[in-house]
Amino acid sequence: MCGLAIDIVGVRRTFPNGVRALDGIDLQISPGEFLAIVGPSGCGKSTLLRLIAKLDPPQDGSITLTPGDSHKLAFVFQDPQLLPWRNVLRNVAIPLELMHVPKSQRLDMARNAIEQVGLADAADRYPNQLSGGMRMRVSLARAMVTEPRLLLMDEPFAALDEITRQRLDEQLRELWLSRRMTVVFVTHSIAEAVFLSQRAVVVSRRPGRIILDRKIELPEHRVAKLRASAEFAGQTKDLFDALLGESQSPSAGSAA
Amino acid sequence: MKRVLPPIIVLIVIVTALELAVRCHVFSAYLVPAPSLVFRDIATGASDLWPAFWSTTESALIGFALSAIVGVAAAVVLSSAQWIQRSFYPYAVFFQTVPLIAIAPLLVIWLGYGQRTVIASAFIVSIFPMIANTLAGLLSTDPGLRDMFRLYDAGPIATLLKLRLPAALPNIMTGLRITAGLAVIGAIVGEFIGGGGLGSVVDIARRQQRTDIVFAAVLLASLLGLGLFALVNLLSALVLGHWHPSEQHPEG
Repeated sequence: MCGLAIDIVGVRRTFPNGVRALDGIDLQISPGEFLAIVGPSGCGKSTLLRLIAKLDPPQDGSITLTPGDSHKLAFVFQDPQLLPWRNVLRNVAIPLELMHVPKSQRLDMARNAIEQVGLADAADRYPNQLSGGMRMRVSLARAMVTEPRLLLMDEPFAALDEITRQRLDEQLRELWLSRRMTVVFVTHSIAEAVFLSQRAVVVSRRPGRIILDRKIELPEHRVAKLRASAEFAGQTKDLFDALLGESQSPSAGSAA
Repeated sequence: MKRVLPPIIVLIVIVTALELAVRCHVFSAYLVPAPSLVFRDIATGASDLWPAFWSTTESALIGFALSAIVGVAAAVVLSSAQWIQRSFYPYAVFFQTVPLIAIAPLLVIWLGYGQRTVIASAFIVSIFPMIANTLAGLLSTDPGLRDMFRLYDAGPIATLLKLRLPAALPNIMTGLRITAGLAVIGAIVGEFIGGGGLGSVVDIARRQQRTDIVFAAVLLASLLGLGLFALVNLLSALVLGHWHPSEQHPEG
């Protein structure tokens, strides 16, 4: 399976209330690439993700997915967004159900996806019986169940505690290594961006522009303790500088 | 047991006090009947209490079921488009403010004496809370979940059946609870005018100054309301029990 390519040219977006969220974004993402988008809160990075997913209509510029098959796209939201009346198995199967995959086949596929995120024992449980980390893993399994060629993730682990978050980062990285789908991962954590991705871009405060686009040079297989290495720190430095420069710039204004 | 015992003790005390008061001629027996007399009326089925009870039960149940089905269907239609909701919802609100007792004679003219009028009355009184609650539930679907459904190109029917209706179930249950009580009230009011059931029993007993029969009928009508309410609670536990916080009790 190979990932989708994304070509973003001159994308601008202004909200109905006049706030300019994105100001001329140009970004090319190669098939199978793991790209992290880092930026301060409210910089329009989530907006960009929603535009790629076609959840919001584009205003200016164009976003082209190649090959253009919308079913091969999955989105992991900041909240797990599970259906509370369905157990884990049936939650994970819902995308297949909406795509009219026959029942026995979709339950098998859902079971596989649940196993991949290490939740096989919890398949019959309901979301209110799970911890925050488990719910997020269900959400990840639901995204992966359609074998997407593009995975869009909007600060998915931001609400979790540090240890759970690092474990999920590791798991996601392994998942990507085995599947090689294209991933666009939005986060406000530089460490998370560096740990996960092959390439990171830093977006400025509103209106969002790309102020740094950098390759991450770290080994393929990454484990949690990599974060403590000098090598890792070296990779984060540029991103820190770009983000810090951004927050200290006098033109930042009153944006929160 | 701890939850059932206190109200039962209160009941026994009140009933005993009432019985003693009547026997000692504190009240005239035709104003407040002795509880023992009321219970005897119920037990022996004086004034055809039991056939009347079953007739009222049938009317209230049919009215209740109609309200539930039509109410949910109306809410689905109202929630399907802004312009439909803007055009029709004000009339649903207006409809609800019309006093039933004033239009009940109209029902008799349209539907004649008998059960049809009684069912219509139960239906009219009880449908509005069903529409209002279901509509509130259908309109408050989590936007994130709607995005998730849009991402997989879910059509309006699939979104309704797999997302919006299940998400509205807690509101639908609230609507059913209110509707259950109102359907019994509507049936009895309908019977005052359209005839039949416990409503007629009360009306006739009132004219004969048989307060014991009035009390017996009122007691049965309340039991009917309680029974319907318990039925809805049972349904709610079945439908929401495994996932909704309203049905989850820490004590288990």
